[in-house]
This record gives sequence, C-alpha cells and structure tokens, in this order.
Amino acid sequence: MNATAHHSESGGHGHHPQPGFLRKYVFSLDHKIIGIQFLLTTLVFFMVGGLLALAVRWQLAWPWQEMPVIGKMLFSDTGNVISPEFYTMLFTMHASVMIFFVVIPMLIGAFANFCIPLMIGAPDMAFPTLNMLSYWFFWPAFLIMGYSFTVEGGAAAAGWTAYPPLSTIETAAPGSLGGQTWWLVALIFVGISSMMGSVNYITTIIKMRAPGMHMFRMPMTVWAMFITALLQAFALPVLTAALAMQLLDRTLQTGFFNPAGLVVNNVTVATGGGQPILWQHLFWFYSHPAVYIMILPAMGIVSDVLSTFARKPLFGYRPMVYSVAGIAGLGFVVWGHHMFQSGMNPALGATFMVSTMMIALPSAIKTFNWLGTLWRGNLIFTSAMLFAVGFISVFAIGGLSGIFMAATPIDIYIHDTYFIVAHIHYVLMGGSAFGIFAGIYYWFPKMFGRTMNESWGKVHFFGTFVAMNCTFFPMHVLGAAGMPRRLADPYHYETFAHLKDLNIFITISALVLGGFQVIFALNFIFSIFGGEKADRNPWRSNTLEWVAPSPPPHGNFETTPIVYRGPYEYASPEVEEDYLPQNVPTPGAAPVPGAAI
Amino acid sequence: MFENFPLFPDQVSASAGKVDALYAFLVIVTIVFSVLIFTAVLFFAVRYRRRKQGELAKTVHSSLKLEIVWSVVPLILALIMFGWGADLYFEMWRPPTEALDVFVVGKQWMWNLLHTEEGQKELNTLHVPLGQKIRLTMISEDVIHSFYIPAARVKADVLPGRYTRLWFEPTKAGEYHLFCAEYCGTKHSAMIGKVIVMPPVEYERWLSGGAGSEPLDVAGERLFGQLGCQSCHGAEGNQRGPSLAGVFGSKVQLQDGRVIVSDENYIRESILNPKAKIVAGYEPLMPTYEGQVSEEQLIQLISYLKTLDEKDSN
Ligand SMILES: [Cu+2]
Ligand SMILES: [Cu+2]
Repeated sequence: MNATAHHSESGGHGHHPQPGFLRKYVFSLDHKIIGIQFLLTTLVFFMVGGLLALAVRWQLAWPWQEMPVIGKMLFSDTGNVISPEFYTMLFTMHASVMIFFVVIPMLIGAFANFCIPLMIGAPDMAFPTLNMLSYWFFWPAFLIMGYSFTVEGGAAAAGWTAYPPLSTIETAAPGSLGGQTWWLVALIFVGISSMMGSVNYITTIIKMRAPGMHMFRMPMTVWAMFITALLQAFALPVLTAALAMQLLDRTLQTGFFNPAGLVVNNVTVATGGGQPILWQHLFWFYSHPAVYIMILPAMGIVSDVLSTFARKPLFGYRPMVYSVAGIAGLGFVVWGHHMFQSGMNPALGATFMVSTMMIALPSAIKTFNWLGTLWRGNLIFTSAMLFAVGFISVFAIGGLSGIFMAATPIDIYIHDTYFIVAHIHYVLMGGSAFGIFAGIYYWFPKMFGRTMNESWGKVHFFGTFVAMNCTFFPMHVLGAAGMPRRLADPYHYETFAHLKDLNIFITISALVLGGFQVIFALNFIFSIFGGEKADRNPWRSNTLEWVAPSPPPHGNFETTPIVYRGPYEYASPEVEEDYLPQNVPTPGAAPVPGAAI
Repeated sequence: MFENFPLFPDQVSASAGKVDALYAFLVIVTIVFSVLIFTAVLFFAVRYRRRKQGELAKTVHSSLKLEIVWSVVPLILALIMFGWGADLYFEMWRPPTEALDVFVVGKQWMWNLLHTEEGQKELNTLHVPLGQKIRLTMISEDVIHSFYIPAARVKADVLPGRYTRLWFEPTKAGEYHLFCAEYCGTKHSAMIGKVIVMPPVEYERWLSGGAGSEPLDVAGERLFGQLGCQSCHGAEGNQRGPSLAGVFGSKVQLQDGRVIVSDENYIRESILNPKAKIVAGYEPLMPTYEGQVSEEQLIQLISYLKTLDEKDSN
C-alpha cells in the first residue's frame, strides 16, 4: 500500500508537465491515449478482417463468379474471380487478423489500458513506458503482415492454426513460400506486445489500487482483466516458443515438426525427425486459453454494464469472480479437445473430455447470475445495455454449442465442419464483439467527453443482433449436414448442392451485418467531434472512472479517490439516489478512510 | 428452399445410430437451456424495464440457494454427458479383433486405398462389403489430411510419419461420400472420394475382377528379398537382427528395459529409423531405409511381416 499512499500525496494532474503534441498523442505515456490508440487501430483492422470475411462469403455463395467492381481490380490475373490459392489465403488472414489484430488487442489493449487505472483509482499504469512500447510493438506486426501479401506466393495460407507440414514445407501451399515466415514473425511481435501489456496490468492491479480498493471491491471488468492478464502471461510463452520453433524449421531447417521422408508435391523434403502433432499441442495450449482471453474481458465489461443499467447490484459478485477464475484455470487443461481425431489415445481424450465438460459449470454460474442481475431490476435500455443483454443470449448459444465439441463422439463427427465455424463466431462475434460494443457505448463519454448517438446505437444493435444470428446460426445446420470448413468450393460434392441456397442466405446476411457496422463507424466518428457533451458521470455509475472528469486529464483524478465500498451499490437503501459511488463516504458515518481500508 | 434437407446424412454404420442418439440428447439439453435463458432475458427485459424516473430496483446481492441450484444441475448434466460420451468414445475407438484390413495412403490431393486381398488398389473410391467390420490403417505422404465418412459418423486425421486407425461397420449398401476434412492446401476442396458399400457376394466378385496385381503380402515378400532384409533377419541369415517370425503383435523387450507391443507404427519406425528402439540383446547395426521405400512399400512389408508366423510353420 506504500505506493498508493505515495500517489495519494502527489496525485493530481497539476503535477504532470504538459507534453508536446507528439508526446501527447503519438508516443504518449498516458494509459488513456494508449488505450484509444489501440481502439482506433483495432477498429480499422476490424474493418479489414470483416472485408476478408465478406470475400470468403462471396466465394461460398457464388463460387468462381466475378465479384462486382472489386473482382476486376483484384483478380485480373485469374479471370476476375477468386482463385483457390487466394481463397485459402483469405480465410487464413481473416482469422489471423480478427484474432491477433482485433479482438485480443481490442480487449486487452484498448479496454484494459483505458479502464484499469481509472477503475482502480490510479493515476496511470505501473510502467508507462512499457505500456507505450506495447502499443508500438504492434506496428512491426501490422507492417510485416501487410508486406507478406506482396511476397512471392502471397500471404500465409496454411490456416490460422498453421499446422505443419502444410505450413512448414514450401512446396505444400503457395502461402508457405515466404508468407508463412512473415506471418510467424508478425505474431512473435504481437506476442511480445501482449506480454508487455500483461505484466503491466498485473503489476498495476496489485500495486496501484486506491486506498480502500480491496481486491473484492474491484469491478468485474478489472477482475476479468487481471485474470486474463495472468492467463496470458502463462499461456503466451508457449505459443511464442512454438512460433520460434516453426520459424527455425522453415528458415534453418531444424526438425521440430516435420517428420522424416516426406514427399510434398513430388519434392522430397530434406528435413525430418519431428512430430507434426507437437505443434498442435503447443499451439492449442495457447490458443484454447486465447479463446478465454478473448471472452473473459468481455464478460467483465458486460457485468459492469448490466449492473449499471439494471440499477441493481451485480447478482452473485463473488461467485462471478470465482467462476472467471475457474474458467481461466480450466482453460489450461482442455486444449486437447481440439485434437480428438489426431490419433490421440482415448485415455487422454477422455481426460480432456471431462475437463472440457466442467467448463459448463462456471459458464452456467455466470449466465444465471447475469439473469439474476436483471431480475427485479429497473432496466434502462441504452445502447450499451442492449449489447450487454444481447450478449447474454448470443453467448448462451455459443457456450451451449461448445458442449457438442466436448462430447467426443459428436466432435468426431462435427470437427472441421461448419459447426465449429458457427460455434467460434457465436463466441467471438456474439460474445467478444457484443462485449466490445457494449464497452464502447458505455465508456465513449469517458474517452472523448461526448456520448455516442443513442438512436443510431439502437439501430446498430438491432441490425447487428438480427444479421448476426441470420449469418451464423444457419452455419450450425451446414455443419450438421457434414459440410467441411475451409472448402474453396463445397459444390464439388453433389451432396452439398442443396446447401447452396442456405449459403447464399448466409452471405446476404453477412453483407447486411457489415452494413450495420458502417452505421456504427459513422456514429463513432461523428460523435467524437459532434456528440452530445457528457458530464463526469452520464450513466450515474458507481465505479471510480466516473469520478474523474470526462475526458480525464493526464494523471486522471484531481485528488486520489478513497474507496468505501464495492462497485455495485445501486438502489442502496442508505441514500436517496439510486446509486452510491465507491468513493462517497457513507452518509451519516464519520469519514474515516483509515477504517475503511 | 429446404426440401430434402438432410439435417444429418444417412446412418450407414453400426455406431451411427448411437452417435445420433447422444447428439439428440445434447440438442434437447441445449434447446431447453436456450429457451430458458431467452425467455428469462425477454421476460425480464419487458417486466423490469424502467417505466418512470425515480423507481428503485430491489437490492438482491446474491442467493446461496440459487447459486447451488444453478451449479449442481449443470454439473450433473455435464457428468451424464461425459459418462455417455466416454462410453461411446471407447466403443468407437477400440479396434475390432476380426476385421477386414484396408490401408489408406493420403497425399495432396488424393486417396490411395490398398486392399490386402487380390492386390486390389483404388484411387479415391473405397469398395467395402456390407455387414463386415472394416479397419483402416492410414498414413499420409505429405501434409495432414483427415479421412471422413459422414454417413458412418467416423473421422480420423491421416498424419505423415505415423499410422492412425479408424474402423466402421457398414450397415446399408449404397454410395457415400468420402471427404478430406483437414485443410490440406490449395485443392483441399477437390480431394473428393466415395465409399461404395456392396453386398458380400458382389464385393467378392468386384475383388477378383480387378487388375489382379500382387497382393500386399506377396509384394512385401518380394521387396523383403530385394532389400536384403533376410540376410540379417531371416532364418538362414547371420542372425545379426532378431528373427521376424511372429513379431507382429508380440511383446518386444527393448534394450532400455521397456517392453512394447509391436504394431504397424513400431515396424515402420524400425525400418526408417532403426536406432530409435533397439531390441534387447542386439547391436544397433541396421542402416536406415529412409528415402528407399515408399509409404506403399512400407505397407507391403508390414503386410508380409503380419503373415510371417503362418508361413514359417508351413
Ligand atoms: Cu477450444
Ligand atoms: Cu484436405
């Protein structure tokens, strides 16, 4: 507590000298600016990833047909239509961009940066310079990934899972020429950046909480970010090591993943002695927890938004904290459910099966506690609240469809089919993205001092909700019918001819879904400059970020807030208003901060 | 739009019905929970929406009773699913003792299917007899593929460098699709095949009506001679290597003290990387045959070794 005590004496923005433009907005050390930098960058990449997805959808609905307008521009060498090589690159890059350049940096770059210090009452992160570097380490990744599109053979095309030998042998796929090498280098940069972030968040949350902010007075967003940062700190080194190993296999002909005696495309491969399955273990040891890295912060955001706009304490705060920890802990021991058909010994398979099934438990606790929060509340349906409530229902579908993957005999059937694609998009689009949207509408006033347009926000929500379900729900049906994923042309198979209408429906829905994001983008941009001015606490919230001015100055708080209670005292009988902020002394009681600490 | 819409393909294997039963159970459970959650969300959203300024919500912080209910019920359901699923998983995995063996060699982008009898070899089409258990032993020459027959509800990855297994029992004659499920490069979507299930009599006719090349074990025996294997491993050889009569399926004592069961993967490894597992009592003298024998030839050698004990006793 010494560090925080020190800050409480020296806190206040007057203490920080005003930096110049470059220092203030570009190479900023301020966690809020860094958070907003992450947010704007990832929103741009959200658009890129979305366009890649729409190109994938075009091919599945109208295979080998010319895309209007862009067809001539992009595919003039291949008769104005997507080539199979290009298609494989499209889905590889769509997933890589969305996961590594959008959802992860959005949640643990943008939101963690912006929210953590403000919500725990700290003036900034523990290591501001490291924080700045964590943002700027993303740029080599962006540039390298962009450059990889121009190398011979094009960008990586081995799937975002990059299974060797497809990814390690140059003759296996065009994208495995040079593109895959750059893909690996880019992801190593992403990994370094994320690790810098994690270290910073963990330290900041442990060391820099305001006086009185016990761990069990922290908002769910902070808890989720804390646990996610821990999860990332322990899982990420494994991925980074695996990426480095694959890079060595590709560049220095080491033999981690390539087995001996391969003949790929009539070329005998010189290296050997490795195990392709080893990559899968290492990759999923990170990439299963990565799914939780992408969903837990969203769960935290949703919990805070729900409680605020239900004007009611979050139901089951402690069970919620424990279940986040439970999901994170189980996340380390379930990676094998991605490999049930890789020839895994069934004794091991059954172990992964039971651990995966157990995730139903904390997920159910969370879902029902959110419902408990709504129960007998006094619900105000702002755009943020709509996305939070929408999150509960779409995440429920994503969570429940996960059971089908956990049950091995069913997984054997649906693995590598569109069922998996449906599941992951319910989790990432329905879960993570809805959480992100809720968070943006909620904290926008704090970020920019203005609120986003609520009417357009509601249009955005209803459009997104309907289009999202129309896009992804039918994919379950495709998967149940046996349609494999990653097919450039499913209609090679006459059994799938009848699925074409459904695929066209999905593609149209996806286009509509994309259209509604344009509304969001315009609303976002116009609101930064012309949105309604917001006061400090436009939503009448309890948590500490709303104590600071909107937007908060460098250093955040005028005086270090003192925390007297948990974050969810809405409709408290102790006060007239329906909220009781964390920093307000209990009415009638003598303000003795020492006693509260 | 949705006429003839098969939510699930035909059931044409003995385990397909069991898989579908578990699937149906999961569908029911998920529908019940989805409906429960959606109804609650909708009902609460309407019932508890703010009607006028200044209303106060009921402050309920938590309820131990409710927490227990919504932890224990999912836990019980998860355990039921686990028990049911694991039982079926083991049943589907355990290879049958009596089965018709077929070898599969995958490569970009085709399937080679090698029947043990009559030297039948097929490309992208697999003929099997109705009502008999079929055991596939599969390997890839290049990248990872995955052998997937939706109608039989079976799928297994086909790996380079290691055999994987799959078995099924066709219960309905007809033609069914065969897929590569694991993304394997540019023409992954063109890696098409079919499985033709025929009545046993017709299957026999098909089997003997083919090109009639050498059966796998005969080819293996010839190769065994050509490569000079018998000079160390044969009964009349110098005995520098262990005798291979009856070695397949037997327990092998290794130099490092381990005892392993000799299966296809062990034999394949011993040909390509002989120093990996040295049999107790022998010197590591054998040279590697890596690059000299193809995957198909390895299968021929293995097939020959499988027959060895019979031949010796003859
Ligand atoms: Cu997973
Ligand atoms: Cu394939």
